Amino acid sequence: MPETAETYDSATRSNRPLAEARELWRFRHLVRELVVRDITVRYKRSFIGIGWTLLGPLLQMAALTVAFSAIMRVQIANYPVYFLAGSLFWNFFAQATGHAANLTTDALELSKRVYLPRSAFVASAIGVALVNLVLSLIPLLLIALATGYPPGPTWFFLPVSILIGAAFTAGVGLVVFTLACRFVDVRDTYLVLLQPWFFLTPILYPKEIVPEKFQALMRYNPMTYLVEVFRAPIYDGWLPGWKTLLFSVLAAVVSLAVGWWFYASRIDDYAARS
Amino acid sequence: MPPGADALSPAIRLDRVTVRYHVPREVVASLKEYAIRRLAGRVEHNEFVGLREVDLVIQPGERVGVVGGNGAGKSTLLRLIARVRRPTEGRVVVRGRVAPLLELGLGFHGELTGRENVILQGTLLGLSRREVVARIPSIAAFAEIESFLDAPVRTYSTGMSARLAFAVATDVDPDVLLVDEALAVGDERFKERCHERMKHFRDRQKTFLLVSHNLPEVVETCQRAVWIADGRVMRDGPAGEVCREYKEWSRAGGAGERKT
Repeated sequence: MPETAETYDSATRSNRPLAEARELWRFRHLVRELVVRDITVRYKRSFIGIGWTLLGPLLQMAALTVAFSAIMRVQIANYPVYFLAGSLFWNFFAQATGHAANLTTDALELSKRVYLPRSAFVASAIGVALVNLVLSLIPLLLIALATGYPPGPTWFFLPVSILIGAAFTAGVGLVVFTLACRFVDVRDTYLVLLQPWFFLTPILYPKEIVPEKFQALMRYNPMTYLVEVFRAPIYDGWLPGWKTLLFSVLAAVVSLAVGWWFYASRIDDYAARS
Repeated sequence: MPPGADALSPAIRLDRVTVRYHVPREVVASLKEYAIRRLAGRVEHNEFVGLREVDLVIQPGERVGVVGGNGAGKSTLLRLIARVRRPTEGRVVVRGRVAPLLELGLGFHGELTGRENVILQGTLLGLSRREVVARIPSIAAFAEIESFLDAPVRTYSTGMSARLAFAVATDVDPDVLLVDEALAVGDERFKERCHERMKHFRDRQKTFLLVSHNLPEVVETCQRAVWIADGRVMRDGPAGEVCREYKEWSRAGGAGERKT
């Protein structure tokens, strides 16, 4: 009898991280609809629709190339591709985590009236950012072609890079989301912190130009490795080094594990206080 | 347990359920403030009891009205069953799919069309996309908005979106339907059809819970009523009797307004 599978018993609640994961899977259709909703709403509202996703990176690249080319020309060949590859990944990360924090209002409102795993909102924030990232690979591809950097077979490594990046992003997103459910100032604080984090990650500049005494900041910044894992197949035309790969996978696993654990153990309590 | 015994087990069971809310004496909404207060060691809480040791068994197919004053614990009871809130003590068991009748158009997005909103709403209630899509014609027909299905919901009238919300919640074929004073949507004709649908629920052994201040409505729709005051079940029995007692008690001045 399928109905018995849907029996809810408040007394059985053994392993919360595991139970929460099962619930998220059970509501995977909701995640998909939330992604569809966000994308539809975004493009319905804007005049040129989906073109924004394609045009945005192009405009950003154009502006920054003009601004930085003179400075960076010495250090970096084909600056546009270098910068765009890194910034697309950063945008994915910033957009997904920022959007997760934004969705707390929705999540809290809805979950007061109908049962749903709140992690669905974090998952949908990542889903939306993923769609945008994949779409923005098109302008990147065009620019790569136009600037004489035709994509090579290493581009096939990108799904792996994206997977690692998404896992790391999910972990950060879960922590931000969970805290933002409890404290109203978390969202704004986080958005402010993103700014220096961006500049501490070698996206605008190559990490070699950073003075020796600041190199440590870069070494302990997981985003350095994650950006590199995404950029190397595009810009360098080879796969990321094993050390970079190892550190980024490690960062992703730790982030996701800690994020999920934090979410699962706190969210009920935090949401009840809101 | 033999499979046959399953059909006899209750749809909803509460065993000595207590719900306590911790309300901080002052609102500490920001992380900054919280950190400061935590360090200073002063985060004080008021305790507020929503329900006290409530026992309740509801069989499949029962239509139960929940009555009581403001703050008596009615909504807490509904939230427990909807699994939105967890009991502090005791145990809640609910069998089957629960559909809370969402507040008028809650979760509806104005920019999305009626069709898109129905799909979102259906998945919110735990259905798959395919299951919802298959139900769209009957949902639209019941809400009488067929010709507006592909218009953005922001262009709907209040009545239209309310009808749509009701149609989705009741069409997803829930085993337990929870309604919080929401039957008063639409005109007389639509109300009539809502009651029609409720009857249909009963015939198919579906369980129905109605929280309402409208006693005649409770007596009309439900066979059984539970009267809650100050978080306790005061009376549980045939709807007519319970409502009459509750009315007399309220009139006598025991208006169940709770102090925290």
